[in-house]
Formats: sequence, C-alpha cells, structure tokens
Amino acid sequence: MNISIDVQERDHQTTITLAGEIDAYTAPKLREAAFPYTEKQHANVVIDLSGVTYMDSTGLGVFVGLFKSLNANEGTLELNGLSDRLKRLFDITGLADIMNINPKAEGGI
Amino acid sequence: MSFRDTMLDEYKEILKTYINDQTEQALYMSQKFSRKSIEYKISPEEMISLHKTSIMELAPDLPESLLLSLDILLEVMMSYGLAYREHQSLRTIQRELINEIEVAANMQQTLLGTQIPHISSVDIGAISVPAKQMSGDYYHFVSHENGAVSVAIADIIGKGIPAALCMSMIKYSMDSMPENSHTPGDVLERLNRVVEQNVDPTMFITMFSGLYNPGNHTFYYSSAGHEPGFYYNGETGAFEELKAKGLLLGVDKKAKYREYERKVEVGDAILLMSDGVTECRTKDGFIEIDTLVGYIEKYIHLGAQDIADKVYKELEFLQDFQLRDDFTLIIIKRTA
Repeated sequence: MNISIDVQERDHQTTITLAGEIDAYTAPKLREAAFPYTEKQHANVVIDLSGVTYMDSTGLGVFVGLFKSLNANEGTLELNGLSDRLKRLFDITGLADIMNINPKAEGGI
Repeated sequence: MSFRDTMLDEYKEILKTYINDQTEQALYMSQKFSRKSIEYKISPEEMISLHKTSIMELAPDLPESLLLSLDILLEVMMSYGLAYREHQSLRTIQRELINEIEVAANMQQTLLGTQIPHISSVDIGAISVPAKQMSGDYYHFVSHENGAVSVAIADIIGKGIPAALCMSMIKYSMDSMPENSHTPGDVLERLNRVVEQNVDPTMFITMFSGLYNPGNHTFYYSSAGHEPGFYYNGETGAFEELKAKGLLLGVDKKAKYREYERKVEVGDAILLMSDGVTECRTKDGFIEIDTLVGYIEKYIHLGAQDIADKVYKELEFLQDFQLRDDFTLIIIKRTA
C-alpha cells in the first residue's frame, strides 16, 4: 500500500505523476501534495495515472476535491493514462462526463 | 505513618540494598517502585526530594556539593513534573472523549436503524458489514401509504464524524420527503442540493435510489454515481447490470438524475450493492464480476435474506475474512 508522487512545474502547468495504490491510507498524502497547486488562480494541473494499480472511492474523493478547488479558482484539471478499471470508476460515478479524462493509449495506431 | 513516609521507607530500603551489594534484585525493586510511584501520581521533583532525604540519612558524610546539586536537579525536574501532570489530565480528557464517541456511535446506530419492509409478493433481504468500527455504507427503506417501498443504498466517501452526520442528513431528508415526490430522481435531486450546500467539499456520496411499486410490479430507479446493481431474470436465468447514469451527490448542485424503470416478473430479482462488493480484493487480484454472479446464481433459489447472508460469507472467505471495504448487499425478489 504505497504511492509515489512526482510533481513538475513548467510553463504554467503542473504535472503530477502518480504510481502505486490510492486508498484510504495513501489518499491523504496525495491530497496534501496536490492541493496547493489547485489553489492558485488559473492553474493547469495534469495528473498522470498510468502507474496507478488500484484506486478506491477515497482516492476518487481526492480527485473530486482537486476538481472543485480548480473550478473555484478558474483552473483546469486533466487526468491521463487511466487503466480500464480506473476509467470504469470515473464512468460509474458520472465524473467522466464533467472531467477531462483520457484513458491509457492502446497499443498501435 | 503517612503515605510519603511509607514510600520513603521503601525507597530507602532499595537504596540501602543497592549501595551495600549492587544486586540485580535492587534494580528490579526500583523498577517496581517506579511503576508504583507513577500509579500514585508522585511527580519527578518529589522523587528527587525523596532521594535526597534518603541519601542524607544513609550516607550523612556525603560532600555538600553533591547534596546541593540535588537542589538544582529538583528545580530542573519541575517542568518535567508539570508536563507529566498535563499529560495525565489529557489522558483523562481523551478517555472521556472516547466514551462520548462510543455513545454517539451507538446512538447513531439506533437513529439510523431501518426496518426491512414486509410487503406481500416481494421478499427483501439486506446485509451491511463495516470494514472498520464505523461504516461509510448506508441503506434505508421507506414504506409509503400506497404500498410502494423506497430503497436507497449509499456510500459516503469521507469517514468518521462528518460521514456519520451525513448519513443522518440522508435519512431525515428521505423520511421527510412529501408523499407525492418520492420518485428516485426527485429523491436524488433533492439530496444533491442538500449535500452540495452542507458538506465539506472533499466529501461526497454515491447513491442508488429505487422505488418498488407492488401495484404494477415495476421498479423505478436512478443512480448518483453508484455501483450499478444487477437484475436477475428468473425465466432465462440471466443477469444484467442495472445501468443508470448520474453524477455523484455533492459535486454539482444543478445535476439532474434520469429515471429508469423495469417491469419485474415473478421469480425475478433486483440486487443492489456497494463497491465493497464489486471491488472485493482477493490475494490473486480483484474478484471478477462473473465470480460474483456465480455466487448469486448458486443461492438465487433461497429466500432474499439467505441469499445476502450466503453471498457475504463466500466473499468474506475469498478475502481471508479481512474486509477491506464496507460491504452492503440488498436483494429484492418477487415471489408471487
């Protein structure tokens, strides 16, 4: 049950690369690390989830929180590299309709 | 003999034994003495004063400088004593708080209790097992004057007291809905507005809301981002997901919830669940939907409550009896 969080800031964009599991135990770490970047005006936050092997509803809660915070500050949120299982979570919860979500690229063109 | 004198005598005895022949026994005695003095709330500075009195009696020819140094040590220990007393009083407060939370948790259980309704021709069963002390899952039934039954199953994301308060909010909003507006879509829209306004922004709720009308045996349902349930067709033996689209409660106050309906025939069943059921993790990975459906199939001929209990037992066994997530399963089966 661990998570690695890597943050890079470049050209008005914050890229957060995550790997590991997002559950009740790791979600607070993610929230703490990512939240400050959503509180700036017009922030653009891109989160790469291709290394995430598991996420439960607590994890989803963090993304809703980030999304709401960015919306309040007129920023944008983009989630990339979601596995099928993660994509399903965002689909079921209706979040896929209101958030910018890009699943993992399939092999080949 | 005062308490201080008793302690003094005991301490002097230990000190004497050790000065004379440095035995392990004396060291062991002093450990015991230390536990006893903590129990009787003797502060560190009092211990030093005890030590000074004892040593002055046992070795009257000690150099003056050593005795004087004990005065300084005593002064220095004063703050430790204060810190220790503060720790003691915090522990008392903490114990009181734990008791109060326990009382609140029990009260919550009573307040949130829901009765499984009995209606002719429909058999209903439900099981909800928390992974930890307080559950984030919640289900509730409301019986209406016209014989219809509302059912709600919710997963509150965010734990502890805020989640508990949130559950009460759901329950009372549902109970106090006017008789003419208990359609599942209405219920969700109303709750969504309540949740959006009142709840901490990182907390949200997934909820499946249903209404069974025994008059025409139709099940009406809407979902706010909740795990889809299953529909069991008694004639063909097929299972299908009860798909419904809708956003989580508490994200967007203008969210609309579409209503779906399903005609229920004799022998058909509706299965509602929390994500603790479908996200059940075994040592080999996640449970496959087919495996879950397999278990339900195995017991579908039983009564609704038996199905719920038996499926839970199977999944509990799969996870080596260690639930990682709250587990809730509701079965509604048309019998006649």
